[in-house]
Amino acid sequence: MNTTVVAQLQRQFQDYIVSLYQQGFLDNQFSELRKLQDEGTPDFVAEVVSLFFDDCSKLINTMSASLERPDNVDFKQVDSGVHQLKGSSSSVGAQRVKNVCISFKECCHVQNREGCLRCLQQVDYEYKMLKTKLQDLFNLEQQILQAGGTIPQVDIN
Amino acid sequence: MARDGGVSCLRMSEMMNVGGIESAPLDLDEVHVLAVDDSLVDRIVIERLLRITSCKVTAVDSGWRALEFLGLDNEKASAEFDRLKVDLIITDYCMPGMTGYELLKKIKESSNFREVPVVIMSSENVLTRIDRCLEEGAQDFLLKPVKLADVKRLRNHLTKDVKLSNGNKRKLPDDSDSVNSSLPPPSPPLTISPESSPPLTISTESSDSSPQLSPVEMFSTSPLSTPIDDDDVLTTSPESSPEDSPIRRQKMRSPGLD
Repeated sequence: MNTTVVAQLQRQFQDYIVSLYQQGFLDNQFSELRKLQDEGTPDFVAEVVSLFFDDCSKLINTMSASLERPDNVDFKQVDSGVHQLKGSSSSVGAQRVKNVCISFKECCHVQNREGCLRCLQQVDYEYKMLKTKLQDLFNLEQQILQAGGTIPQVDIN
Repeated sequence: MARDGGVSCLRMSEMMNVGGIESAPLDLDEVHVLAVDDSLVDRIVIERLLRITSCKVTAVDSGWRALEFLGLDNEKASAEFDRLKVDLIITDYCMPGMTGYELLKKIKESSNFREVPVVIMSSENVLTRIDRCLEEGAQDFLLKPVKLADVKRLRNHLTKDVKLSNGNKRKLPDDSDSVNSSLPPPSPPLTISPESSPPLTISTESSDSSPQLSPVEMFSTSPLSTPIDDDDVLTTSPESSPEDSPIRRQKMRSPGLD
């Protein structure tokens, strides 16, 4: 094992994950998920977030369909979709996505279709952005492991 | 099996390669938790949280499936009793169809399961909601997102009470291959009848803290384990549960749950 390479990668990982927290992409719940990962389940976090992203995609499509015709918006259905999205984003620590959902819910309540469409677009953007960021993070993890190192524990407080 | 449907524990095993977990040494204080949540992500997370705290978990996606699992969905169910004991039920509040509150009520109305502690989870911190649930007999109310500390707290609470109670094994009348654990407790007799196979509801005197918790029953996590014979059961105490107790869950598997 090249300890210098490992140390560099670990440093990179640490800086990157800290930046994700600092920029609000992730909140404490993500670090809670990381606690649940161990040598026996090294892909736990990756798999959970993957399910989350699938959820996002599915719900966004459904909500988009509900919002499509201006004269016939099923706000109840949209609200139900937002509720689910808010719940799962909260459970994985996807803070930005969750925050958009909060505004999105408001738009549903007042039946603001334009507002809903904007939120929908934003939620789509945010989840895809997070997906890319986390993919980079997981790649770093893989590199560390392949170089023979261990993934650093990161205290975000 | 539909991805979102039914019992997610199998899928999770496939997904997570939990070989390591399944073959881990048997935790003598293992409890069985029934987790109910319509969100797949939340089910996976709660399942992991529970497993990491040494619980066996059955996760279902709706109140109806929970009732089905518990055998409470129809009167006929009591005739085919082969049910796994449940030590804790943890359910989401907001679910389509049947809410967690409605599920709680049904559980508390059932003679077989009213003693099982029920914990409600909700993303919304609504006092009236919390009060309503506690009034209806919920053991605890967890605010989502659920953290490891929350589950550890629940777990410790269960274990403490479990250790204080006598280790009475439950009799499974249909379990011809496995143990018929008919060891009568020294204190209040267990009312186990052939028609019903209630969870171990040792009355309050066996545990001086929470009267509502049922004692722990141990089972092996390995699906390949062989049934224990009667002798083992009669001489076994909860602290030395045989590693190879039958997987009663397997008998429980019905197509409806998939």
